[in-house]
Amino acid sequence: MSASTTDRIEKSVVLRSPRARVWRALSDSAEFGAWFGARFEGPFVEGQTARGRITIPGYDHLTIEIAIVGMEVGRRLSYKWHPYAVDPSVDYSGEPMTLVEFSLEDEGADTKLTVIESGFDQIPLARRAEAYRMNEGGWTAQVKNIAGHVAAK
Amino acid sequence: MSRRSDQAARRLAGAAPVFAALGDATRLGVMARLCQEGPQSIAHLSEGAGVTRQAVTKHLEALSAAGLVRDHWSGRERIFQLEPRRLELARRELDRISDQWDAAIGRLQAFIEEER
Repeated sequence: MSASTTDRIEKSVVLRSPRARVWRALSDSAEFGAWFGARFEGPFVEGQTARGRITIPGYDHLTIEIAIVGMEVGRRLSYKWHPYAVDPSVDYSGEPMTLVEFSLEDEGADTKLTVIESGFDQIPLARRAEAYRMNEGGWTAQVKNIAGHVAAK
Repeated sequence: MSRRSDQAARRLAGAAPVFAALGDATRLGVMARLCQEGPQSIAHLSEGAGVTRQAVTKHLEALSAAGLVRDHWSGRERIFQLEPRRLELARRELDRISDQWDAAIGRLQAFIEEER
């Protein structure tokens, strides 16, 4: 547990699918991209950086880079990235990254997924403000779109 | 850029010192005590803090500079209390990223479960 309340975000959800299925949706870069909203150039390989483009309307001018830290088959996927990399003209490579960890546990026939993103306290604060300005309203609108999409099914 | 988003940028640029000020265990401890016990003197906050009164004073100054606490004199004692509005700014910033994860997990759920 981090000492700082501003350093991390943690989410849990139970998915009504077996663990192997959820693992494929995380570890296969094409499947990951399908729900995350990105198209990757190649597979996810531990120790390597996967590059791609964001496919979410309104954000599709952006590239995405995730540095795969660990892949423990069926259990855990972790990567590092620049969480506020929203300006294509800025080189973010010198800045610290946050760590994203997906972990899976059996929950009967279902799967409990936990997502933790940590390391926000190390990110330059000016970057947070800038990202907020560039994104303002965008994600809120998108959350509503998705809620509508899911409800319509 | 609209006036509204300019204001948002200024607000968030202003939130920067909040994150720095909270990134320390002693300062978080002081904040927790001010949350639970209300306004306190430096002497009282130093009891059981595990560091010297001078150190606690320094931490309070840092929190004050970030706008997280404010102080006033009561007789010969300097009393500190929370300034909750600033904490709220820091929370809101993290909430936004939290919303992004909710959306992404919602898409993952739809992606996996709609196959069944």
